Amino acid sequence: MKKKVLAILVVFLVASALVFAAGTKEQKGANTIEIFSWWTAGGEADGLEAMFKEFSKKHPQLEIINATVAGGAGTNAKAVLATRMQGGNPPDTFQVHAGHELIDTWVTTGFMEPVTFILKDAGFMDKFPADVIDIISYKGEVYSIPVNIHRSNVMWYSPKLFAKFNLKPPKTMDEFFRVADVFEKNGIPALALGDNESWAATHLLESVILASLGPDRYRDLWNGKVKWNDPKVQEALTNYTKMMKYTNRDHAALANMDAAGYVAEGKAAMNVMGDWAAGYYYSQNFKQGEDWDWAPAPGTGGVFIMLSDSFGLPKNAPNRENVVKWLELCASKEGQDAFNPIKGSIPARTDGDRSKYDRYLNAAMDDFATNAIVASVAHGAAISEPWLTRVNDIMAAFTTDLDVAKATREFQAAADRYAP
Amino acid sequence: MKLSKTNRTIKYILAIVAAFLFLFPLYVIINNSLKPFADVRVSEMWVLARSPSSEGFSKAFKALRQNLINSFILVIPVSLLSVLFGSIIGFIFAKVRFKYSKVLFFLVIFGMFIPYQSILIPLVRTLNRVGLYGKLEGLIVTHTIYGLPISSLMFRNYYAKIPDELVEAGMIDGLQLVGVFRQVVVPISLPTMVVVLIWQFTSVWNDFLFAVTLTQNPLIQPVTVALQNLAGTQVIEWNAQMAGALIAAVPTLLVYIFLGKYFIQGLLSGSVKG
Amino acid sequence: MYCSQKDKRLAVIMLIPFLAVLFLFVYGFIFWSVRVSFSAWDSILPDMTWVGLRNYQELMGSLRFKTDILNTIYFTIFFIAICIIGGFILSYLLFVNLKGEGFFRTVYLFPLSLSFVVTGVLWRWIFNPEVGLNALLRTFGFKAEFGWFTSTYSIAGFNVALIALIIGASWQYLGYTMAMFLAGLRGIDDQLIESAQIDGAGEWAIITRIILPIIKPITFSAMIVLGHISLKIFDLAYAMTGKGPRFVTDFPGLFMFETTFRGNHYAEGAAISIVMLLLVAIVIVPYLASSLKED
Repeated sequence: MKKKVLAILVVFLVASALVFAAGTKEQKGANTIEIFSWWTAGGEADGLEAMFKEFSKKHPQLEIINATVAGGAGTNAKAVLATRMQGGNPPDTFQVHAGHELIDTWVTTGFMEPVTFILKDAGFMDKFPADVIDIISYKGEVYSIPVNIHRSNVMWYSPKLFAKFNLKPPKTMDEFFRVADVFEKNGIPALALGDNESWAATHLLESVILASLGPDRYRDLWNGKVKWNDPKVQEALTNYTKMMKYTNRDHAALANMDAAGYVAEGKAAMNVMGDWAAGYYYSQNFKQGEDWDWAPAPGTGGVFIMLSDSFGLPKNAPNRENVVKWLELCASKEGQDAFNPIKGSIPARTDGDRSKYDRYLNAAMDDFATNAIVASVAHGAAISEPWLTRVNDIMAAFTTDLDVAKATREFQAAADRYAP
Repeated sequence: MKLSKTNRTIKYILAIVAAFLFLFPLYVIINNSLKPFADVRVSEMWVLARSPSSEGFSKAFKALRQNLINSFILVIPVSLLSVLFGSIIGFIFAKVRFKYSKVLFFLVIFGMFIPYQSILIPLVRTLNRVGLYGKLEGLIVTHTIYGLPISSLMFRNYYAKIPDELVEAGMIDGLQLVGVFRQVVVPISLPTMVVVLIWQFTSVWNDFLFAVTLTQNPLIQPVTVALQNLAGTQVIEWNAQMAGALIAAVPTLLVYIFLGKYFIQGLLSGSVKG
Repeated sequence: MYCSQKDKRLAVIMLIPFLAVLFLFVYGFIFWSVRVSFSAWDSILPDMTWVGLRNYQELMGSLRFKTDILNTIYFTIFFIAICIIGGFILSYLLFVNLKGEGFFRTVYLFPLSLSFVVTGVLWRWIFNPEVGLNALLRTFGFKAEFGWFTSTYSIAGFNVALIALIIGASWQYLGYTMAMFLAGLRGIDDQLIESAQIDGAGEWAIITRIILPIIKPITFSAMIVLGHISLKIFDLAYAMTGKGPRFVTDFPGLFMFETTFRGNHYAEGAAISIVMLLLVAIVIVPYLASSLKED
């Protein structure tokens, strides 16, 4: 035994000596730019890659370090990012949800530089909708460049199941409950939900709240102006508890995408999920109009709950000049049209090249141009992260207990503490 | 031990049933890793791959190749340093009595119980200050330091069982402490070395938390981080994920298959008693 | 052991660099966390204003934290019990010289080589109440309705959803206790058992009278290693279940991670980790102290 083990030890020693002799590659230099995101796979990673290609065409001398951290809808990435910023080691630029996640976490605390000059110098200020400029601004300065827009309040449904029972996709909450009853009687979960990660429950709730409150009062709820004991909010919370009766039993075990999959597979009738679900359906070869189709979430027609990914400029970014070049590309039409058709989102600019986008995305662009626009809660646009973590925690209990009074108290307490 | 035939048969059955229970989750991994992406659905996990495809494996291997190398670059020095430092610290605490040695040793091993999430921020700051943040060397240093408690513990328990006379005999032969350690103690430490080596190899190989926090360049990230990165936020290619999981497990699996016997012998030779 | 003054001094000098680094990385950092836990740091920007026990008081009032503590205790008890009992049974099966011992040993050890990050996803699939193990059982005609880790049922504070996690974690660490016990069994003098058999002792008597007393010390050290895994558990729950409906599968490690890095409640996160550490200390310190005193 001794000899064998000794031999193994020697092999290890030699190998590690070799490794150390070779050394690890130096990575930081003036010719690099480190771009930090949680886009690690699928369409989003391919879209990012397409933007990198555009970037390399323009700036072939610059080497891109694609620093990505996957998992938990960005939770892991945020942990790493926060640790690095705290530790005084910011990446050159990083992905951040436009809105309060950007402003409350990074801007008001003085970690970011304004990037207004990039938009102004390129003459892009009026290429973005005012609503979008508004949510990325703080005290008159813009703090990040939004690269895409996703819609949160989309209901995905199974045309086959609706045809089978001779039903129409519901436009209001009342209609929703009516069709849900039919599905329930036939043993089909009317509403697919995958809230293994609790943000998916929050995601559903924001559409339900919007349905009861309408866009203006929805905004006011998240400003702290509307109270949680408001009758309309109570109606929404009650609707939410009623909806839970129609969900798939395994909802707590499913990821949000699995739930969207249930609809296309005909195992459930409807699902409320962001419009990245369309990208998922296309990638799984599900046919629109046959396996799946979409409508605004019940009661939210004419309103577009948006969320947006953006890139910013941290103070003390090691390669500031390169970041500015990157952000210029992010803001440009070429950059956005390279990224979005592949990522499965619509451009944040209003002048995207329609021919590059698929059928769903063209429809989303129409709605984005005409609808009332409000910010998503579940994705860091409408409220700050401290608030959102509390909301997600409350949802984890509420989805199970269905105790409206208790949830109201807790939501109000969170709002009192964290509303601006 | 002598057993009757029926008794022995019952034990065989039990062992086989247990083996089956251990292996059946593996079916899910292997089966789904062989499906093309369009066929992978959570609702069809038990369904045998209709048209087995290497799509998942080739994709995973392409994505993980560099990271597998990185993991080796990380794990090998850490395991060796753990053996080296652990044996020195363990020997001193086992055989040299000095004031407060027990209290000090207690403080050393208590280090293995801290929840690592709570020390991430000061850790990053410290590594940043000494210029090791974001480099594999930094990860090597971190793992070596936090591996010291358990490696020292294993060695100390082993050395505590060596009769003092053996060491003292060396002293009489004119050797100093260092000489005794090198010429008498080290040669009989192999069993524990194997245990520490295996333990550190697997726990560092499988670590995710330190790896994801301390390295950001995909070129130097260890394989656990890259494995996570195979999954996107919206779409997860389960076939590649499962195939990647298998690929990433191969080195540790080999370590157990080839050194498993020595692992048990090593545990036997004294390091088991905590 | 006899040791010259010169050698003693040398030994202590050699220890100093190790101790210095270790103390900085362990106690220095813990001290930092303790300080933060008494501060008002509640955004990305450090704020070291002293607020006394406020963060701890808020924690004690939180449903999530209470659930977490209970979950940790129950999880630890069951996880350790299964690993010890199951590991002993497995080791005993191998001890009686079955053919193919190498194969069985490798099979029992192999889960140990996997990462929780990987096995977490695997068990999430298997314990999916609709399409996982339940679906498989249903095709064999069983009535499988248990919600596994999505169940919100609880008995005396024990969330039955934890069963799925306990199975997943035990599956992975049974091999470890098996190896520990097998090592201990192999150390038993064959003659001891043979002579007992000649004296007419049955298998059961041999196990209880000879084997168990000998392997008792191993049990204790296995409990320490398993305990330090289960009390800090994070990866498995993070990858497998998340915090679960009404926190049925939540643990302080998850809570701390989300609170700190997602919600930027740094002070509260530090308080959670200090409570975790205290919890570990309550279990570990008496054991360590007594085992060190013994030598």
